[in-house]
Amino acid sequence: MKALIKEFEGVLGKDNVFQDETDRMTYSYDAAVLDPALPSLVLRPTSSEALGKVVGLCNEYGLPLTVRGAGTNLSGGTIPKAGGVVVLTNALNRIIEINEEDLYAVVEPGVVTAKFAAAVEAKGLFYPPDPGSQAVSTLGGNVAENAGGLRGLRYGVTRDYVMALEFFDVNGEVVKTGARTVKCVTGYNLGGLLVGSEGTLGVFDKITLKLIPMPPARKAMMAIFDDINKASETVAAIIAHRIVPVTLEFMDNFTIRAVEDFSHAGLPVDAAALLLIEVDGHPVQVEEDAEKVESLCRQMGAMSIRVAQDAAERDKVWEARRAALSALSRVKPTTVLEDATVPRSKIPVMIRAIEEIAKEFNLTIGTFGHAGDGNLHPTILTDRRNHEEWERVEKAIDAIFDRALALGGTLSGEHGIGMAKSRFLEKETSRATILYSRRIKAALDPKNILNPGKIIGE
Amino acid sequence: MSDMKHLAILIKDLEDQLVVCMRCGMCQAVCPVFAETGREADVARGKLALLDGLVQEMFKDPKGVNDRLMRCLLCGSCSANCPSGVKVLDIFIKARAILTGYMGLHPLKKAIFRGMLVRPEFFNSLMEWGSKLQGIFVKPVDDLLGTSCGRFFSPLGDRHIKALAPVAFHQMVEPMNSRPGASGLKVGFFVGCVIDKVFPGIGEAVLRTMDHHGVGVFLPEDFACCGIPALSSGDTVAFNKLVRYNLQRFTAQPFDFLITACATCTSTIKKLWPLMAQDLDAETQEQVAAMASKTMDVSQFLVDKLGIRQVETQGDEKKVNLTYHDPCHLKKSLGVAAQPRTLLQANPGYRLVEMLEADRCCGMGGSFNLQHYDISAAIGKRKRENIEQSGCEVVATSCPACMLQITDMLSQAGDRIQVKHAIEIYAESLARK
Repeated sequence: MKALIKEFEGVLGKDNVFQDETDRMTYSYDAAVLDPALPSLVLRPTSSEALGKVVGLCNEYGLPLTVRGAGTNLSGGTIPKAGGVVVLTNALNRIIEINEEDLYAVVEPGVVTAKFAAAVEAKGLFYPPDPGSQAVSTLGGNVAENAGGLRGLRYGVTRDYVMALEFFDVNGEVVKTGARTVKCVTGYNLGGLLVGSEGTLGVFDKITLKLIPMPPARKAMMAIFDDINKASETVAAIIAHRIVPVTLEFMDNFTIRAVEDFSHAGLPVDAAALLLIEVDGHPVQVEEDAEKVESLCRQMGAMSIRVAQDAAERDKVWEARRAALSALSRVKPTTVLEDATVPRSKIPVMIRAIEEIAKEFNLTIGTFGHAGDGNLHPTILTDRRNHEEWERVEKAIDAIFDRALALGGTLSGEHGIGMAKSRFLEKETSRATILYSRRIKAALDPKNILNPGKIIGE
Repeated sequence: MSDMKHLAILIKDLEDQLVVCMRCGMCQAVCPVFAETGREADVARGKLALLDGLVQEMFKDPKGVNDRLMRCLLCGSCSANCPSGVKVLDIFIKARAILTGYMGLHPLKKAIFRGMLVRPEFFNSLMEWGSKLQGIFVKPVDDLLGTSCGRFFSPLGDRHIKALAPVAFHQMVEPMNSRPGASGLKVGFFVGCVIDKVFPGIGEAVLRTMDHHGVGVFLPEDFACCGIPALSSGDTVAFNKLVRYNLQRFTAQPFDFLITACATCTSTIKKLWPLMAQDLDAETQEQVAAMASKTMDVSQFLVDKLGIRQVETQGDEKKVNLTYHDPCHLKKSLGVAAQPRTLLQANPGYRLVEMLEADRCCGMGGSFNLQHYDISAAIGKRKRENIEQSGCEVVATSCPACMLQITDMLSQAGDRIQVKHAIEIYAESLARK
């Protein structure tokens, strides 16, 4: 190990090799409610060349390697293998190019999502994926997890913006896939395999992302319902009427009350549910869509609708939504944020199912989320130190997965499988799927050093 | 050394607050130290995880944890931005006290806090000597900013320091106890060490303003430090002595409000005195609570209690461009940001132009600057760039500690920008009348 540390120090410089147990402790966790695992080394390459060498060395010595951006993962994808190596990308944070003529950008993996979005916006362009952690999350992490966000309904998720990738294979050799062109059918679609692979198949070096023009107009509104079913049926109705808002968010009564307690934003605390809706595009189309959505909400039985008249009012609408997780997390010490997802027409059934599960297991569950794309966030509020309650929490999570799968849904809309959900993967897919995936993994990573144990188990 | 019972109470407290952190990592977006180093142990989430590790006995390295806890400006940016409302500063202050109690205070710090800081008379005379002798060790570098740097190989490093004032504030003025005038109000004036010893002009500006508005002032003899240097190093013994000493001084005469011109003193008295008073006797606790509730920043007093408003004027081509830096201990800790700006705009000679990131920490952090000057200076440079890009001729703020840091940064960059306290700007307008 000593010789290996010397070698890493030679590649990275002494300051970028963290050996001290106290420092290593701070890379033993991420944002998932899982047990920490202590890495034996933490490495912080400052150049793409050093990153490649680190990957090669880890493979040579058979050291498990987990890449970490901001460590905001909600499924344990950045929790290392005990005794393995954590490789930090936050020193690889250059935006290499923003090309306004061909509408793409090339970035290093450690660029912070929100900083990138702001740099792009400064040029009148738009990078839509906006995961909740965007203020700190890295683009490398977003690609590895195929992160979503509030705008998924209209603009899709990270996958829809990855045009090309350069990544290191397990030997530290550069692999290239995709291009800067809109069309590209050159070679296998390795990008399709790598996006969402959670660091198990390669280590990103450079990412080319698609940009789009900034929509010129947008309009936000809040619809208030006295019946949770009316709200969820409105979601289904809007989609059925061929309107695709940018954002169509749902909040149940428990979440509304938590947000109001926390931020005093003037939310209707006796409402059973809220929908927060934003449409964007050409100004004329925005007006038309907004009117259609408004009248649909009324037809479906909304008690009242508040349309934001200016930017300040619009900010207020979204402030309430952004405060949802914060507000819920203040209620109890442990916050389990789930993201089982169903086809959007099944949203009303899924919301009722979550209510039943909360009752059955006697738990507090606040539900909010991206109702428009079927991606709800039932949030279980608990205290992990209460073992009896924690057992009920685990059973409730199983029940949520079962119901979502029975409705033709999926285990995770945007948080990833990681370690938290890998044991459920077969339930949604098949034994053959797991074996097929493991064969790919074994072929590309024979020593199983790339983020072992994630997605497909070991 | 703190007794074990005290430690036990503090540790129990910590555990309940530590579980509130859900490891979301949002503190990475705002931590000025993390922005420079990119090390998880430098950001609140990492430090909280380390403390949790100690509580859970997952590892045993209190010294390592304490070293990392000290790599923090206590600016409170993380707390202000924390989705789950973790009381980060409360935890860190208490953790520093627990760990220092466990490991013992560094002998040099012990000598400074317990030998000097808690004895204001002795501290004052020592500093008076220092003020006379400092010319041997430092030389002036910038006439506008009034900075000096080391003459030869010096523990100051590259710093451009504001030297000790030739005559300290307590030497300029007699203790006071004047009656309320036209305003019908009377304040206690808590001066603070930096204003007393480095920026006595701020103290004068406060007194001139109070006099102008007919506010009575109580200024006790041998006033002392608020205790923050001791507490931030985990020394609750010296801190408690200073709290008791200050209470004794300031309960000697009645007054309506206790005002300070130092954001850090205000925040310490309002937030940290009550936080740390929990295990003091009931009478002291009551006194602390009463004192904390009537403590406020001088701009808050002038705007909220005396109703000072900004003045609307025409023909502003002659106005001097001025920008304002929000001290963390005023804005993030106490939510005071509008009042100092109102005060600045009450002087018709200036035009307020906002800088980018006005509320981003300047990197001073008290003893942080002494122990981690490289990180402190890197953070300070970003502040300096924002000040410079605002196109101002004067930068104002409400904390003398920030003034030290900003002065150092501007002086090193050779900027011709003056650094003033908001109350000095306001007092200038009174002189004109």
